[in-house]
Amino acid sequence: MAIIEIQKLTHEYKEYDEENREREVVRALSDVNLNIEEGSFVVILGHNGSGKSTLAKHVNALLMPTEGAVYVCGKNTAEEADSWKIRKDAGMIFQNPDNQIIGNVVEEDVAFGPENVGVPQDELSERVAMALEKAGMEAFRMESPNRLSGGQKQRVAVAGILALKPKCILMDEPTAMLDPSGRREVLNTVHELNRKEGITVLLITHYMEEAVRADRVIVMDEGHPVMDGTPKEIFARVDELKEYHMTVPCVTELAYELKKAGVALPDGILTKDELADALLKAREDSKEQSGADKA
Amino acid sequence: MKLELKGVSYIYDPLASKVKKAVDDVSLTIEKGQFVGLVGHTGSGKSTLAQLLNGLVKPTAGQVLLDGQDVHAKGFPLKTLRQRVGLVFQYPEYQLFEENVLKDVCFGPKNLGLPRAEQIEKAKKALRLVGMEENLYDNSPFDLSGGERRRAAIAGVLAMEPDILVLDEPTAGLDPAGRDEILSQIARLCKEEGIGVVLISHSMEDVAAYTERMLVMDHGKLCFDDAPREVFRHVEELESMGLSAPQVTYIVRKLNERGFALPDDLLTVEEAKDAILKAIMK
Repeated sequence: MAIIEIQKLTHEYKEYDEENREREVVRALSDVNLNIEEGSFVVILGHNGSGKSTLAKHVNALLMPTEGAVYVCGKNTAEEADSWKIRKDAGMIFQNPDNQIIGNVVEEDVAFGPENVGVPQDELSERVAMALEKAGMEAFRMESPNRLSGGQKQRVAVAGILALKPKCILMDEPTAMLDPSGRREVLNTVHELNRKEGITVLLITHYMEEAVRADRVIVMDEGHPVMDGTPKEIFARVDELKEYHMTVPCVTELAYELKKAGVALPDGILTKDELADALLKAREDSKEQSGADKA
Repeated sequence: MKLELKGVSYIYDPLASKVKKAVDDVSLTIEKGQFVGLVGHTGSGKSTLAQLLNGLVKPTAGQVLLDGQDVHAKGFPLKTLRQRVGLVFQYPEYQLFEENVLKDVCFGPKNLGLPRAEQIEKAKKALRLVGMEENLYDNSPFDLSGGERRRAAIAGVLAMEPDILVLDEPTAGLDPAGRDEILSQIARLCKEEGIGVVLISHSMEDVAAYTERMLVMDHGKLCFDDAPREVFRHVEELESMGLSAPQVTYIVRKLNERGFALPDDLLTVEEAKDAILKAIMK
């Protein structure tokens, strides 16, 4: 079942001059049709300005369609009365962890969301405990968020969303400001939530490595999806990705370069082991070949 | 031109009950024309180190020396230090404020009190150095793409004609093409203009591909100061510091586990490709 349905979605940003006359219209999304299946892990790639963030804001009812419609868990984002429910169902994590933390103590910060939607006090502490546990942050319950690393802060932000019992988590470059271990931490946390809790994840990123474990990869360009498939399918199309200013994961890049240099390798290699298997085979074949030549 | 830290420590709050040294007894020298990478996990002290380099914070102990002169000694013009050591903060495009790109980049030279013609000349040179197209000079910074805005902000610092440029994660939030563009321009500044560059980065790939010297901070201490190829031999140590080696290093390790005998110090896709081709074709 589709948890997010995007139908003929167009979004235009309008700019006005001093006299409030329309100066320019920028079309950020044009005629986007997408269905996101419940429980799937979807990565959205695309260069700066391709429309990815605008798309995510539509799913969170932060923007209203200029044309078309967006449904989240069956609710139309254009219905203002539903926008709070939609934000509860589809919580959003932004790039900068410092901009989304408001509590003086981790526990307080996580409680902010449910408190705001009127969750009763006794259920509140239960939810906070559950959310912190799932985000792997229970040991930091009484800490000040200021003392946490970037990765830990993002996990507190994830816990804040989990406390609202969402069906879907939207993440707009959540790891752009993190160090390598912070990136791993956040990624592992959301993958686990996806696998164990069945939460749908929509992850926007510029790091190709983060797309390898996804169920589905969508590439945006000029305001609409131009590629859509499994990581294996998408990363097999190296030249096309480069046209859209994207790259491929490092392993895939190496395999692609080797293939160009004449090594017989399959397309879309995504892991180190796949590369090792393919290279061992290629080495065998080339030995046989030279053996045959000698004979 | 030589910038030197001598036994520098920095403590945020010396009166606090638990004294934490953000920077702990660091000594190093940065010279013109050198491309230096600075890495460390969040909170390791690298941003504080960057601020020490440009005199924004004063060391609790030790000295910062510009061509042998203590920059915090009485009478030393700190303005000179900040002009000669330019600091580009994270997300510098948030600091763009003028109505058009050229004016924004002129802001630094204007503050130095230079005549208008000279301001514009320096601004235009800086914009050329970052590869900004001339037809964008009159645009509002808000009408630029993410990568262009970032480059305009870097130009603002370059217009001060620094000898050393310290950049705090200049590629954060940019797409792969934007990342490559900014980094190759920085490499060119280093090579052609002789500017010394200190690049703070979370990307081990970028440090491996672009820099000639690598500084690693952990808990305020400078743990490594060596060529990236040497530093990346210490994968386990780096991992225990919350860092990693470039992806290629892990790929090569895996291939060697599986029966290849590739050199263990390969850092880039290009190097790995050549070594693998040699191993397969022989």
